[in-house]
Amino acid sequence: MSKTLFDKVWDSHVVKHIENGPDVLFIDRHLVHEVTSPVAFLGLKNRGIKVLYPERTFATADHNTPTRNQHLPVKDPLSANQLKALEENANAHNIPYWGLGHKKNGIVHVIGPENGITVPGATIVCGDSHTSTHGAFGAIAFGIGTSEVEMVLSTQCIMQPKPKSLRINVNGELSEAVTPKDVALFIISKLSTSGATGYFAEYAGDVFKNMSMEGRMTVCNLSIEMGARGGMIAPDETTFEYIKGREYTPKGKDWDAAMEYWSTLYSDDDAEFDKEVTFDASEIEPMITFGTNPGMGIGISKDIPLAETIDGSPATYKKSLEYMDYSEGEAMVGKPIDFVFLGSCTNGRIEDFRAFASIIKGRKKADNVTAWLVPGSHKVEEAIKEEGILDILTDAGFELREPGCSACLAMNDDKIPAGKYAVSTSNRNFEGRQGPGARTLLASPLVAAAAAVTGKVTDPRELMHEEVLA
Amino acid sequence: MAYDKFNILTSSAVPLPIENVDTDQIIPARFLKATERKGFGDNLFRDWRYNSDGTPKEQFVLNNPIYSGKILVGGKNFGSGSSREHAAWAVYDYGFRCVVSSFFADIFRGNCLNIGVLPVQVSPEFLDKIFKAIEADPKTELEINLPEQKITILATGESESFDINDYKKQNMLNGFDDIDYLLNIQKDIEKYAESTPL
Repeated sequence: MSKTLFDKVWDSHVVKHIENGPDVLFIDRHLVHEVTSPVAFLGLKNRGIKVLYPERTFATADHNTPTRNQHLPVKDPLSANQLKALEENANAHNIPYWGLGHKKNGIVHVIGPENGITVPGATIVCGDSHTSTHGAFGAIAFGIGTSEVEMVLSTQCIMQPKPKSLRINVNGELSEAVTPKDVALFIISKLSTSGATGYFAEYAGDVFKNMSMEGRMTVCNLSIEMGARGGMIAPDETTFEYIKGREYTPKGKDWDAAMEYWSTLYSDDDAEFDKEVTFDASEIEPMITFGTNPGMGIGISKDIPLAETIDGSPATYKKSLEYMDYSEGEAMVGKPIDFVFLGSCTNGRIEDFRAFASIIKGRKKADNVTAWLVPGSHKVEEAIKEEGILDILTDAGFELREPGCSACLAMNDDKIPAGKYAVSTSNRNFEGRQGPGARTLLASPLVAAAAAVTGKVTDPRELMHEEVLA
Repeated sequence: MAYDKFNILTSSAVPLPIENVDTDQIIPARFLKATERKGFGDNLFRDWRYNSDGTPKEQFVLNNPIYSGKILVGGKNFGSGSSREHAAWAVYDYGFRCVVSSFFADIFRGNCLNIGVLPVQVSPEFLDKIFKAIEADPKTELEINLPEQKITILATGESESFDINDYKKQNMLNGFDDIDYLLNIQKDIEKYAESTPL
């Protein structure tokens, strides 16, 4: 019988199927961080059991960590306590722990791929919804709750019904300044934040075939924002090229054996999907959000839609605009902003910093803008320095911070003040997401850079066409 | 961990007729720093419920004494966003045992089921009827009958059936959790793991 990519990976990981119930799904690799794991470890302690497969488990500190002075003790006592708990739990259960200051430390979804923990055909979970990032490699990867973290720690399995399948095709060529982030925000704006709930997505078509691994990670990362459990892309030469030689990827004969399996990971020609949608790449322009969920995005040159033209409740829509202090029908271009945040598991990788620097180069940070540039990991930080990007940023008046989730969810000190506007390359513009009362405009690193140097929402294409004295 | 058994729940309900209520509203990230499952109910809907100085926002439904009960009724796409189980813990810890909506985000639904909060998905029309019934009488009671998979507005007798898979239904009825089940089939899991290289 013909199968989808998702079927192939899911079915081969089912330990047991329960009639009219969930599948018992084996998890190859489990990523753990400080916020969603302590109660799970406590559960193991209460049951008197140990982590079943510590060699399949990896722990890092990222969500509540400071992005300055990481060599000093963490000031916030609650964060410090959570970090200490993770370190103690990792040590007690022989789990590799890449805490603050460790050279492999960084955001969990950045360091997984970087170190070769993420491989095609694997099942990967983490107590974080953006685990969908790892689907870029042809893995089934999704976020789980703490009860499930406890299940995986104790039995390496979770119990879930198999989701339905959705294929999202984007064909044709992307226009200038349209990045993977824009592709994802465009899809979410079309499907809404609940349009893919109950489904697991596969991204297919020219645009994803031609996309870099980093771009694919950005797209898969945002799968959850349309409600999908996760999203995946069939592995190809681009994938194999990226993972080869990384610390945890198979070597020698094991690599050859793995390649044999990986080369079977694609949706069969006649595989059937429960739902399929197709978009034309040329329809997509640089995107920006104007409301309080990631589905409220528009092309940057467009006006904020009128309530009567949108699906869903007008009252909820108006409440959202009220929070943003925006009105229907207004243009986004030219709107003043206060903060720029470059970083997160969505856009905190080296390509994102390259894109940001391409606009910044030869320009200066706008005086009214506070910019927080936060690499996704120490490896990204190193690359920023090695490639000379740090010099470009410094010359333009920017400062580079240390790795972590930072202002994406504002668990540490990186909080956007109430009422202020932030152009952020992160993934959620929910009310208060970046700090109580903060107003978030989600966008690509190019749009963020254009805002950072002009102090307002600016179409990056304008700056790309402008002569700059380097 | 094992949780309370759920059978038939009869209670008044708290209405929250807003769509896309996300997990950052249910519990903001800055309140996720505990290492034990305690006290999350205090911060349920924190920023909708309290001003920045900690005083209650009077117009928010949880601060309105005419509404009470063990059932929370929310608008479409309830619980979207993060995988934080803390959102379900906050709902539970506040005292809710059931959330009713016309549509739930996946992870939130699963998290609720794993801790003994029953997510009941109804049609948009029935959701509307519930909101109207509560508007007419804030003390109106709903009956959530898990064995029969039926929700009833007691004042009008209107009812609708809801879905839950048999496995999860039995867990909820008996207060079992998935880890008990998984630990019982550990031999099968170990056998599978042997055949699966890292």
